[in-house]
Amino acid sequence: MTMDLALVFVVIMGASVLVYVVLDGYDLGVGMLMPAASEDEQSFMVSSIGPFWDANETWLVLGIGVLLAAFPKAHGVVLGALYLPVVAMLVSLMLRGVAFELRVKAHGWHRDLWNWLFWAGSFGASFWQGVMLGRYVTGFASGFGYWIFAFVTGASLCGGYVLLGATWLVYKTEGELQAKARAWSRWGLLWVAFGVALVSLATPLVSDTVRAKWFDFPGTLWVMILPIATAVTWFALWRATRPGGHWKREWVPYAMAVGIFTLSFLGLAYSIFPYVVIDQLTIWEAAAHPSGQRALLLGTAIVLPFIVAYTILSYRIFGGKAAKKLYD
Amino acid sequence: MEDTLLVARAQFGLNIGFHILFPALTIALAWYLIVFRLAYQRTRDLRWLATYKLWLKVFALTFAVGVVTGVTMSFQFGTNWPGYMNKVGAIAGPLLSYEVLTAFFLEATFLGIMLFGMNRVPDWLHVLSTVLVAVGTTVSAFWILALNSWMHTPAGAVMDQGQWIAADWGRVIFNPSFPYRLTHMLLASGLTASFVVAGLSAWRLLKAGADELARRTLRIGLATAAILIPIQVFVGDQHGLNTLEYQPAKIAAMEALWHTQGGMPLVLFAIPNEKKRTNDYAIEIPYAGSLILKHDPHATVRGLDEFEPDRPPVGPLFFAFRAMVGIGLLMLAVSWIGVWATRRGRVPPRWMLWGFAAFTFSGWAATLCGWIVTEVGRQPWLVTGLLRTRDAVGAASGVKLGMSITGYAITYALLLVAYMVTLTHMAGKGADPTDPTADSHAAVVPLARAAE
Repeated sequence: MTMDLALVFVVIMGASVLVYVVLDGYDLGVGMLMPAASEDEQSFMVSSIGPFWDANETWLVLGIGVLLAAFPKAHGVVLGALYLPVVAMLVSLMLRGVAFELRVKAHGWHRDLWNWLFWAGSFGASFWQGVMLGRYVTGFASGFGYWIFAFVTGASLCGGYVLLGATWLVYKTEGELQAKARAWSRWGLLWVAFGVALVSLATPLVSDTVRAKWFDFPGTLWVMILPIATAVTWFALWRATRPGGHWKREWVPYAMAVGIFTLSFLGLAYSIFPYVVIDQLTIWEAAAHPSGQRALLLGTAIVLPFIVAYTILSYRIFGGKAAKKLYD
Repeated sequence: MEDTLLVARAQFGLNIGFHILFPALTIALAWYLIVFRLAYQRTRDLRWLATYKLWLKVFALTFAVGVVTGVTMSFQFGTNWPGYMNKVGAIAGPLLSYEVLTAFFLEATFLGIMLFGMNRVPDWLHVLSTVLVAVGTTVSAFWILALNSWMHTPAGAVMDQGQWIAADWGRVIFNPSFPYRLTHMLLASGLTASFVVAGLSAWRLLKAGADELARRTLRIGLATAAILIPIQVFVGDQHGLNTLEYQPAKIAAMEALWHTQGGMPLVLFAIPNEKKRTNDYAIEIPYAGSLILKHDPHATVRGLDEFEPDRPPVGPLFFAFRAMVGIGLLMLAVSWIGVWATRRGRVPPRWMLWGFAAFTFSGWAATLCGWIVTEVGRQPWLVTGLLRTRDAVGAASGVKLGMSITGYAITYALLLVAYMVTLTHMAGKGADPTDPTADSHAAVVPLARAAE
């Protein structure tokens, strides 16, 4: 077989991570927005993510699983370097997942506690994922400034997830809550603009490799499509979420937010490729033994289409506006 | 270095030990749900539907904890054991990924339909979803136990460019201990779920003795356990004989057999003394050890002295094994007495209900003891004969490991308490077939999707 398996798997892994980010992103975002809503509205909000969040999180397991199976050296280096942010993120995800199930069954101060943990867990998971991203794009460089950068990326990813969550709510709710969701979307958008600009400016400064890829005119002129398309989508979404604005297809704002994430993700992938750890380890150096990769590819090729098919089925079954009290 | 190894093992053991509790329950509880769902489908009796919905809630909560603690596992292989992936990644990687691909998505997606889709999908699709979730949990056990068994009794692998790769996937998956271990674990799950069903039903009856639904599930749980335990005893014995053949040092440690011996006694109790390599305060039955292990009272059994220094520690294996067998025998007694006490619609006396309630999580205790025996029993190997645990450990500092282990331990303690309190609370309220909201999950929602 002459197929470049490392390349195939970096695409599969990247796709899994991107799918994870846009799917779990909206339910983490909804979790972060909970305190901004009334108790009545919260009931609709959790209903809008209830049937999906388990499966959304599974994409993270798949992404990490492919990293582990196809690029074992990178798994060790990346997750070893991110040890404590990873632990913090995992603890947040655990608290949040359990709080989500328990909050509706609890009463009194118990309920307040689980509500708080659901918010804190959603926030923590988003923040620490952003910190991981910030550490990752700087190649885990040590130094105070780099950590500040990572914390700002953490905050920015929270903004991004708030955007995904708010646009998801525009799609899944109606009336007053939907109007609120539009306003939240705009806050998310501003936050995202700041975050994307920051990462886009900082990465070329940190790495010569990245700078060469973006600013080696005129050969790299075509990649300017990415930032331009991002900006265009951003403005379209800003218009789509204006107060009193009405978009006939209410899933469009969410789709636009996914568009912004996808474009940013592609930009990041372009910056880093073919490295899996920036300037240190390429995908070919990190690749697993071809024997393992072939076995993995076979299973993925057979099973992944089914997963995509029944995921779409599930989103069709639970399409439309969220019901109140899906849970109680 | 040895200290880091110990902390890394402790952390991994804590994570996987906590995680396994939840799949151990959901694997078999999913099959219970099929039974309840089909009973409702056949009879259209709302009481079956209420039973289904109650245990579906228990399942959903357990599954959620299983998912979030399972995410942790996918991160731990690389962070704690980078040498593992470097040496046997070409075998472990695909097996782990197959689990995610064939099981995790299936379970998570169709659980959503089970929970919220009853009024949105046709009956057949809802029944199918229930079946697919059960298939998913079992397939997940299949892959993870294939890998775990391979680590105990590796087969079908060859060395290539400094790492082990699969020469024959059939032999890798169906390695010598796999059929025994898989059956043993599936039965363990069946027992765990049966005692949870029986125990929580007993708890409900303590609060509302007239609840006929709880009486029925009490009976179902006890009867299933009463049938499964003798099978488990037989399978466990076969698994032990398989271990004797492929991992004799593990058996020697379990039995605290320090020296090779003919006519080996069965040590009922002792304090194994690692320094003197002998047992203090031993209570023994002569010849019984040889009789059980070799089916011949005079047969020679290989002792730990033949395997030095590559042998597991004796204390943890010796005690954990006895605890597992002891709990198993108690479970046998409880379930048989219970079946007798619930015959022809009888309700057991309160003291007996308390007993069943106390045994709710007995399956967990036995399962954990069993896993301690088998995993500690593999030491000092990570993959028997191929890779030592100490050669696989990562470079994470003691501080990082210490901080993370503290964080996990606090989180787990909180989760476990919350989980158990919620479970007993839900079970205490019981299933209510007259509850008008019982079937309202999605009734208020129109089927219409967003404007298309």
